[in-house]
Amino acid sequence: MSWKSYFSTSVGKKLQMSLTGIFLITFLVVHAYINAQIFWNDGGEEFGHLAHFMGTNPVIRTIEIGLFAFLLLHVIQGLVLWARNVGSRKSRYAVSKRNETSRWYSRSMGLLGTLILLFLILHISMFWAPNRASQTIGNGELDLYGMMRDEFQNPVIVVIYVLGCISLAWHLVHGFYSAFQTLGLTTNRYKGAIKAVGVGFSIIVPLIFALMPIAFYLQWIQ
Amino acid sequence: MEHYHMNLTLKVWKQKNKNDKGRFETYEVKNISSEMSFLEMFDVLNEQLIAEGKEPIAFDHDCREGICGACSMYINGRAHGPWHHTTTCQLHMREYKDGDTIVVEPFRANAFPVIKDLVVDRTAFDRIIQAGGYISVNTGNAVDANAIPIDKHNADEAFAAAACIGCGACVAACPNASAMLFTSAKVSHLALLPQGEPERTTRVADMIRQHDKEGFGGCTNIGACEAECPKGISLENIARLNREYMAATFRGGSKNSI
Amino acid sequence: MTLNSKIPSGSLESKWKTYKSTCKLVNPANKRQLEVIVIGTGLAGASAAASLGEMGYKVKTFCFQDSPRRAHSIAAQGGINAAKNYQNDGDSTYRLFYDTVKGGDYRAREGNVYRLAEVSANIIDQCVAQGVPFAREYGGLLSNRSFGGTQVQRTFYAAGQTGQQLLIGAYQALERQVALGNVKQYSRHEMLEVVIIDGKARGIIARNLVTGELERHFGHAVLLCSGGYGNVFYLSTNAMGSNVTAAWKAHKKGAYFGNPCFTQIHPTCIPVSGDHQSKLTLMSESLRNDGRIWVPKKQGDNRKPNDIPEEERDYYLERRYPAFGNLVPRDVASRAAKERCDAGYGVGASKQAVYLDYASAIERYGKVEANKLGLENASAEKITELGKGVVEAKYGNLFEMYEKITGENPYEVPMRIYPAVHYTMGGLWVDYELQTTVPGLYALGEANFSDHGANRLGASALMQGLADGYFVIPYTLGNNLADDIRTKAIPTDHPAFVAAEKEVNDRINKLMSIKGTESVESFHKRLGKIMWDKCGMARNEKGLREAIEEIKALRKEFWSNVRIPGDINEFNPELDKANRVADFLELGELMCMDALNRNESCGGHFREEYQTEDGEAMRQDDNYMYVAAWEYKGESQFEMHKEELVYDVVHPTQRSYK
Repeated sequence: MSWKSYFSTSVGKKLQMSLTGIFLITFLVVHAYINAQIFWNDGGEEFGHLAHFMGTNPVIRTIEIGLFAFLLLHVIQGLVLWARNVGSRKSRYAVSKRNETSRWYSRSMGLLGTLILLFLILHISMFWAPNRASQTIGNGELDLYGMMRDEFQNPVIVVIYVLGCISLAWHLVHGFYSAFQTLGLTTNRYKGAIKAVGVGFSIIVPLIFALMPIAFYLQWIQ
Repeated sequence: MEHYHMNLTLKVWKQKNKNDKGRFETYEVKNISSEMSFLEMFDVLNEQLIAEGKEPIAFDHDCREGICGACSMYINGRAHGPWHHTTTCQLHMREYKDGDTIVVEPFRANAFPVIKDLVVDRTAFDRIIQAGGYISVNTGNAVDANAIPIDKHNADEAFAAAACIGCGACVAACPNASAMLFTSAKVSHLALLPQGEPERTTRVADMIRQHDKEGFGGCTNIGACEAECPKGISLENIARLNREYMAATFRGGSKNSI
Repeated sequence: MTLNSKIPSGSLESKWKTYKSTCKLVNPANKRQLEVIVIGTGLAGASAAASLGEMGYKVKTFCFQDSPRRAHSIAAQGGINAAKNYQNDGDSTYRLFYDTVKGGDYRAREGNVYRLAEVSANIIDQCVAQGVPFAREYGGLLSNRSFGGTQVQRTFYAAGQTGQQLLIGAYQALERQVALGNVKQYSRHEMLEVVIIDGKARGIIARNLVTGELERHFGHAVLLCSGGYGNVFYLSTNAMGSNVTAAWKAHKKGAYFGNPCFTQIHPTCIPVSGDHQSKLTLMSESLRNDGRIWVPKKQGDNRKPNDIPEEERDYYLERRYPAFGNLVPRDVASRAAKERCDAGYGVGASKQAVYLDYASAIERYGKVEANKLGLENASAEKITELGKGVVEAKYGNLFEMYEKITGENPYEVPMRIYPAVHYTMGGLWVDYELQTTVPGLYALGEANFSDHGANRLGASALMQGLADGYFVIPYTLGNNLADDIRTKAIPTDHPAFVAAEKEVNDRINKLMSIKGTESVESFHKRLGKIMWDKCGMARNEKGLREAIEEIKALRKEFWSNVRIPGDINEFNPELDKANRVADFLELGELMCMDALNRNESCGGHFREEYQTEDGEAMRQDDNYMYVAAWEYKGESQFEMHKEELVYDVVHPTQRSYK
């Protein structure tokens, strides 16, 4: 079997979901770390330094391309798997007590992922896209800190962000553990630890993100 | 244990054959003893239907002691009913009380087409085994059984995986109708033993390809299969299958040339 | 026709070796031209089909289940015997042979049994090579346990699921041959007739149970691996679908039926709970290793078991058989339970049960465990807790099963058990080559009569099924097919196929056209009751004569009043069942005739007229040391042929377990 055929079986696709997922999880850590600099309440100085580094360093910019590629792969394979899985039971059960045997969020990864995707489109078009556009064809980097401060005065945007973070949290509760299960690392010896770390991660990281628009809106940071 | 009798309403899936659309029929059964097994309650219903000149309900069953894997009903939203680690034939009527309504459906999955009523075609499982779920050893070639000592822990784990009865509850319970728990049980059973070593790579790759070809969904690590498995087959087997598959991916190799 | 068992000459040890090195072989190119039909895919069928497929024959397998993996061999719990002597406790091929002949109450052939003991060791090797996960010790070597009161530990096991693991091993080997194209697998198919051309079995008529269509299949040889006929009793530990149909059709086409009355009643089953009971569940015999069996000393004692003080309990097996106690062979233990219940000492609502008590085992193990942990003056509660832990580790799955079925916790309350029909030693008569009296027609495993005599030892059924399939038939079939290499595949429009199919078709049409008022199930239940009451654990002349008349009458009623719903050309389980029950209604009569003929008590066959003063079985070696092989001569007409049993090596003695 060729590489392609290995990666195109249901397990191969799942492997792609896992690897891209873990990459995206690492990205979240970096993203959360940098953006959390706003909580110094230093008028965005610390944040600005790092944002500048991330936006201009050639290595980071190259990785950024990878990030988008992986994100795209994660989205596309996710949707392909979702379509196949939904289609594998054409005749539905009249009664199904699914909550007795599994958790709603683990069954709703497609839905949660789609919500996150919609949120991401908004998010990217608000910050990343205008910044890169300005960098390449405009007048250089934008003041991202200022943009945040302005945008997050709008309560609708804040609510959307918080909802996006909640979707992310539930997506991660299953996704984190699932990525490691797919890599075969969740043996009985490690399963508990991986699940615990996953739940912790799923609470902490989205919470940090969610606090940003809230902090601006409530003017905890100026 | 207090014994009692009950009257029940049953809503049972009736489907003449694979091409029929199927529908629910409602039946009343009276005076069911709490000591009956669920299938004995169905026997009573069928006898009643035959006496009334109606057609009895077709359902799969054979050993009635929880080991052959033939019985397969989806009872009130649960594969093999509500009891943990239990096949339908071992479910007993003391679970229910007078006046209950029970909805009984077949195991549903595209890969398990309905043959009639509650009977489904699970030959896809045979074909997954044919794809590689064996050790290629001909009769008469074996060395002495104690020539290869096997770590007791591995032997016990292999046994736990091999305890799968191939009933299909994992598929029935999985929101994706995936047969990954079944497939992983066989992959694990053989991967844990030194005898299975030579075919490790090809086995997992070929079995997964067959699994997909049969129309089962993919595994998304939901875990409903483990919760419903009457034999307690662990999700750890799917983790092991994934490891085996990755190893196969990097090593290449399959009996199929594609 | 005189019966020729074709036992090779020479010493016991050399018979099979000589046979193997002198039998005829078929060359590979010819094997590809030879087709073999295998009916049934349990241990015997799956192992035979896989082995023959590997050798290059073109094989077709048939099973009524939806997959070969569901054959009832899967339900065997305890283990498989093999003379490996891994435990260094003095076991040998000869000892296994001797125990089997003795356990069978001297009604089995020495030559066959010795061969069985001889190949038993190969079976374990073969199964391990296939990946059967037998229980192991910490050193990585195979574990053994003693079983059914043998003095050596020769039983290999995989928890309480040995049959399952062995069957899955054979099934995997079979599926491999299917994948390689050597075997074609027909599931949800039932054989309904054997086709005989020029005196040889050349094919079958099978019914596709999904579509109801009749199919014709040609084979140079037909192997019946269709299991036993315990379901003639309606209630048995057999699977619901287990049936005699394939064997019975063969019998009616000329295959003699050997010792049909030899039935094994297993002592430790969960008792009947009411009229609704559809089948009985066996609890592994290994439970008798630690459990103590008792009934109250007072008749009709209605107290709860835990309220009956020690001195008012009758541990009747320990009392009657001090040497073997609770570990007496199956037939002895079963009869003793029946004796107590019939005498009015039975327990439970039905009074047809005895107690199997783990209280003293729990206490004993608890004390050992407390010692191990260095707990001095451990409280009674602590000891019980520790003891339960040990018992759970050893028998947990069985206790769980008991609790699921009865709703009672066996750790707290003694289990109720009662004997149930479990295995049939009788079956199609076969010679040393496993060939029936119809050339080209073979019978393997429980379907034949050959190796267990009048009583089978625990953990020997799996051994025999696999011995026949893996190690005997590959040689003996070749020896006969070597003469058939010039026979071309016979087209299935041959008049014999047409006639056989018509016969089947007519019978099905007749069954469907009766349109009576009573269900198949109800006839089966009535037959079962006659058989159990009059041809069950204890039999007598008067009862058997009555039973024969009652069965005849019931059969007549069946053929005039059975109601089968649905149509022929569809999935119709009621019709399948009717086909099977119709055959049971004929077999039952023959079983009673055989039991009536055998004026002695031996093994599973207990004639009340032939017992010692204290109720032990009395064999009549002078008159009945033979296999009764019955030839079908027409409805209710059977002619008996005798195969005298010659014991060159073992000297028959009266079994005593006192």
